[in-house]
Amino acid sequence: MNRSTAVAVKAAAGKKKRRSILSRWDAPIAGYLFILPWLLGFFGLTAYPMFLSLYYSFTDYTLMESINWVGLHNYERIFTADAKFLQSVKITFLYVLASVPLKLAAALFVALLLNKAMRGISAYRTAIYFPSLIGGSIAVSLLWRNIFGVDGIFNEVLSKFGIQGMGWITNPSTALWTLILLTVWQFGSSMVIFLAGLKQIPNDLYEASGVDGANRFVQFYKITLPMLSPTLYFNLIMGVINAFQMFTSAYVITNGGPMNSTYVYAMYLYERAFSRYQLGYSSALAWIMLIMIVIVAAIIAGTSKYWVFYETETGGRKRK
Amino acid sequence: MTIKWNQVARHFFMIIFSIIMAYPVLWWIGASLKSNSELSSPSLFPSVPQWSNFVDGWNSVPGHSFTDFYLNTFGLEFAVLIVTLISSTLVAFGFGRLDFPLKNFWFSLLMVTLMLPGQVLIIPQYAMFHQLGWVNTYLPFIVPHLLASGAGGTFFVFLLIQFVRGIPKELDESAKMDGCSWFGIYLRIVMPLTKPAIVTVMIFCFLWNWDDFLGHLLYINSVDKYTVGLALRMINDSTTGQQWGQLLAMSLVSILPATLVFMFLQKYFVEGIATTGIKG
Repeated sequence: MNRSTAVAVKAAAGKKKRRSILSRWDAPIAGYLFILPWLLGFFGLTAYPMFLSLYYSFTDYTLMESINWVGLHNYERIFTADAKFLQSVKITFLYVLASVPLKLAAALFVALLLNKAMRGISAYRTAIYFPSLIGGSIAVSLLWRNIFGVDGIFNEVLSKFGIQGMGWITNPSTALWTLILLTVWQFGSSMVIFLAGLKQIPNDLYEASGVDGANRFVQFYKITLPMLSPTLYFNLIMGVINAFQMFTSAYVITNGGPMNSTYVYAMYLYERAFSRYQLGYSSALAWIMLIMIVIVAAIIAGTSKYWVFYETETGGRKRK
Repeated sequence: MTIKWNQVARHFFMIIFSIIMAYPVLWWIGASLKSNSELSSPSLFPSVPQWSNFVDGWNSVPGHSFTDFYLNTFGLEFAVLIVTLISSTLVAFGFGRLDFPLKNFWFSLLMVTLMLPGQVLIIPQYAMFHQLGWVNTYLPFIVPHLLASGAGGTFFVFLLIQFVRGIPKELDESAKMDGCSWFGIYLRIVMPLTKPAIVTVMIFCFLWNWDDFLGHLLYINSVDKYTVGLALRMINDSTTGQQWGQLLAMSLVSILPATLVFMFLQKYFVEGIATTGIKG
């Protein structure tokens, strides 16, 4: 019999039985059947691989040869004898610390500007959102490489203003900034989220404070920011988690160069794991990155009680 | 709250800003029609449009044409979309509608997985798929999505669960009294009402899998299985005189599917992002 019939029969049988143990839940068996794909996926593709990867990190696994336990050797080497590790951590942190705040600030600023019924708002919104739609693709990375090359259009435009351009991608001190710019260019999706959040702030808050003599800046700090803080918080954490794992643009635009100035952690991981097949060593690298991300997220979460305001706490807003 | 500049200043700023934001794409369109020598000229559009860039670029990978690559990619996408539709809606119905032992525990695990940095899973998953002999097939993409995992999988389940929870339970009651099974309720009552969220899931599943460059890079090795992204990379890496015009032309075509999806399904985008963004 097919599954729906089996479920129906079981349900009917359950009803006939008197107070079976499972009668506390309305679908004890059906429920598990429905979530079965996810259960299999969770154990097979998330939980098991995580333990496997932890195990690998204590071995010298290379996919071809036999696997040998080496204890903390990988971790030792990473922290004491691996210059590329240090470089990639530095570059990744630079990238995260620059791109995430800039992106969120741009998103918030433009959302505030657009938070007023104005003609053409959907055209502006489209123009701003579109980059985030396509920005993660290899296609846009290739475009970026072209634009910021020595003969690229960016330098041409600069020369119109009398500014001497340079090889932005081939210069170690500017290469990472082209990647940061690419990320910030895609602030549209964050902006849409902020716009939605802004629309949820009740107008009477601003009116009432205006009556009490609050100016625009006070309103921003005392009303807008607190009311938006949960959204801001979510975007901040997700933005940071994603930024730590950035790969495609670094790989395609600069390939980690020049002189490792865009050698983000994901690239190092990729090189060790899939160019050199040092799966044991790179598993250790992966776990170190995971821990770093967890620490950073925990720090952000820790500070959150000082600046994230949930309406349902502290008894909510007092209604007049 | 709004920044109170006067109307004109606001529009002026927005117009300039939008042009700056859109400029790379505008330039892209023009550049794809330029000959190599014209590429560094600042004019947006070429004097004589080189449509040949598109034709030559289409056939620039020896032995194949972009038709093959697009067929590969669309085929892969189609398979992934179907299995994602089935698995993510089933799981979302289970979590969103049914009550079973340890449900909250599993749901918390789901939430944790949502935030889990995927990097730590790439290596062991590769080792597993390698041992199963699935490298250089499309299975490493299809099977995870079948199990509500893969690129964005957990997020889709989460989005659908939130939506399903908002559907009134009274509808179930009457169906149950008529002897409808849970699966029947899923199929005939809840799923039709979940359509807007399903469309949103399908859109983002399509987009995120199209751009799953790292995944394609890892698991697809032979050129005849290449997706569009890998083909672009191949053209880019070839050192026989950088034909930027052709490369940009082919890149431009590759973002067309995403653009069309956006143009015709705009409202699902904004609603999808906004609701999940806020519910964070």
